[in-house]
Amino acid sequence: MTFRKLRTTTVVVASTVTLGLVLTACSGSNSSSSGSSASGSGEEVTLSFLVNSGETNEAQAKAVVDAFEAENPTIKIETSTRPGGTEGDNLIKTKLATGEMEDIFQYDSGSLLQALNPDQSLVNVADQAYMSKLDDNFKTAVGTANGTYGVPWASSMAGGVLYNKDIYAELGLKVPTTWDEFIANSQKIKDAGKAAPIVASFGDGWTSQMWILSDFYNVQAQDPEWAQKYTENKVNFSSDPAFAGFSNLEEVGKSGLLNTDFASATYDDAIKMLADGTGAQYPMLTFAVQNFQQNYPDALSKIGVFPMPGTNPAQNGLTVWEPNAVYISKATEGAQLDAAEKFQAFMATPAACSAIESSTGASGPFVVEGCTLPADAPAIVTDQQPFFDADKTGLALEFLSPVKGPALEQIAVSVGSGITSAVDGAAQYDEDVKKQAQQLNLPGW
Amino acid sequence: MTTQLVTAEPDLAPPAKKQRRMKSSYPYIFYLPAGVIYAIFFLVPTLTSLYFSLTRWTLFDQQFIGFDNFVQFFKEPALVRGFINTFLYAFITSGAKVVLGLLFGVLLSSQIIARGYLRSAIFFPVMVSVIGIGITWKALMDPTDGLINQVLSVFGIDGPGWLTNPALALFSVAMVDIWAGVGLATLIYIAGITSIPQDTYEAAAVDGVNAWQKFWKIIVPLVRPATASVVLFSLIGGLRTFDLIWTMTKGGPGFTSDVLSSVIYKQYQAGFFGLSTAGSVVLIVVIFVLVTPLTAWLNRGDKDR
Repeated sequence: MTFRKLRTTTVVVASTVTLGLVLTACSGSNSSSSGSSASGSGEEVTLSFLVNSGETNEAQAKAVVDAFEAENPTIKIETSTRPGGTEGDNLIKTKLATGEMEDIFQYDSGSLLQALNPDQSLVNVADQAYMSKLDDNFKTAVGTANGTYGVPWASSMAGGVLYNKDIYAELGLKVPTTWDEFIANSQKIKDAGKAAPIVASFGDGWTSQMWILSDFYNVQAQDPEWAQKYTENKVNFSSDPAFAGFSNLEEVGKSGLLNTDFASATYDDAIKMLADGTGAQYPMLTFAVQNFQQNYPDALSKIGVFPMPGTNPAQNGLTVWEPNAVYISKATEGAQLDAAEKFQAFMATPAACSAIESSTGASGPFVVEGCTLPADAPAIVTDQQPFFDADKTGLALEFLSPVKGPALEQIAVSVGSGITSAVDGAAQYDEDVKKQAQQLNLPGW
Repeated sequence: MTTQLVTAEPDLAPPAKKQRRMKSSYPYIFYLPAGVIYAIFFLVPTLTSLYFSLTRWTLFDQQFIGFDNFVQFFKEPALVRGFINTFLYAFITSGAKVVLGLLFGVLLSSQIIARGYLRSAIFFPVMVSVIGIGITWKALMDPTDGLINQVLSVFGIDGPGWLTNPALALFSVAMVDIWAGVGLATLIYIAGITSIPQDTYEAAAVDGVNAWQKFWKIIVPLVRPATASVVLFSLIGGLRTFDLIWTMTKGGPGFTSDVLSSVIYKQYQAGFFGLSTAGSVVLIVVIFVLVTPLTAWLNRGDKDR
């Protein structure tokens, strides 16, 4: 540790001197990079850091950066934000391709990372000491055959059905373990007439994908090799077990169990409905816990989560999403690179976990060794724990296969609103992923 | 641009022989600055995009795949719908702008009260940013909280989901487009009507024409240059429309209000750069194929006059 720190300081100083030389004398040589630690304390290094926009995420970024700067007074981090969704994906790709990327940036793990060509565009950190402290699933999600590129940002999360526990208690309902029980529960909620049984928010198209994405534990439970076969183009969404996601969505859309404004409601509307009890069940990622925390803290204790129900009650388990990660752009060099690696190392410590935990809370278990959840964590988080303890969790498809089509949200909205049938929707999606696979140059497509 | 099209300028060009001699007296080097800018910003990107439309391109590297992108593009689920929508949208908006623009033009070039105010009121939406218009109308058209449906509900009418009903979404956006663009069409028509010589009306009055005949026999034929420019700019604008659709529906719900440009943009967003370039090439070809004969047809009478 101390050795590393010393070495870092030396390099920082040396690089600063070199940079100065280049700037003043225009000498392209970097021969002076050895020795010369004259000033000792080290000059201040400024890192640029690109994070996702959004109230919650920005609060987390601020907490982490503050904690890091307190430990490393010579490093200053300037945070900027970017839009989410495909617009943000594209910004990241363009920035990396043109060498305009910030020194460090936050981005998704899994298939979205694969689309960045990490081997060519990011700094490989596979041989850093902290790697042994990270969860293996996470390392798979931020790596390729040639390297590992990220450290976790915040905690993992699950995709399932968020539900209002008050409504369940009032009507004496039991958490469903099969699809039929789920529909039966929903029917009872409808008959009670107080709340929309199932909330959909197609006004924000991305929310519609949850029906298909969080069903993936059930797919993998029936065929453990599914993800691999999918990458090799041997199975698809048009046939079982994966077709269930589409047919479920079609059934829900036709059942009359949805909120009346399903077509225009937004994610925020759905969270509000769940919090004030006008909506009972909402398929979503558990990162929603942060929205409840910030906007409806009183409702936090009555919102729980259960896995997307499948056909077999014995195989009821939770689909899990790995956290985003922090990456270093390959364009980062010298003192900046060193400081950036320091920041990554910090992100893999319990200090970073607790900074995030104390700013916004966690959405699920952390993937760094030594990070624990507090005893008073909200129900959405504690509801996940039994599945983790019983080893009934599986990664979402996007972490097991690089193949994910960009049009899933439009297709899901079409199927859920009854514009397209489940069969046609699944076929459209199979065609859509083909483009992604070909773009990634995967064999077999 | 508009005045050039509507006013008949006398032919001031010198005889051909003299012109050629004058041209040669300037050194060709004078063309260079404009030529370089044109080449860098127009010729080179056009040619490279033709090439990249034939590749699978990741920004990092590219692989030549022939016409696969075009084949793939025409297999897009959104595209068949997008094609129909594009033409529907372009013809509806451009047709409505011609009809409404002409009517407003006649109205606002006559002697009516508050003419100046009415002229600026109808032109006002043209000056507002399209994104602003889109966001405002999206809020107005919200099925439950939107002003339009709340007003309708006062009269006991259960308003439709203007932007969420798959059968309505495209027409709602087209309506907003017409609202936003009719001001410019009106302006062009006012200029066209004003440039009709006064003695034509006087001669007609001597012959005892009524208002109806005056409209159909004098105004409509004599504002043909104005009609031509309104049709052309609104048709081209409609064919490549993107900003309004994207702010209001993002092509949704599902793919029901997708147009060519939004399909292209989605491919680009997804990182299929070769595919989206192929889409742009298709769009250029479509506009060219449609607009070239139309221009020729609309301007067919010009030489006789």
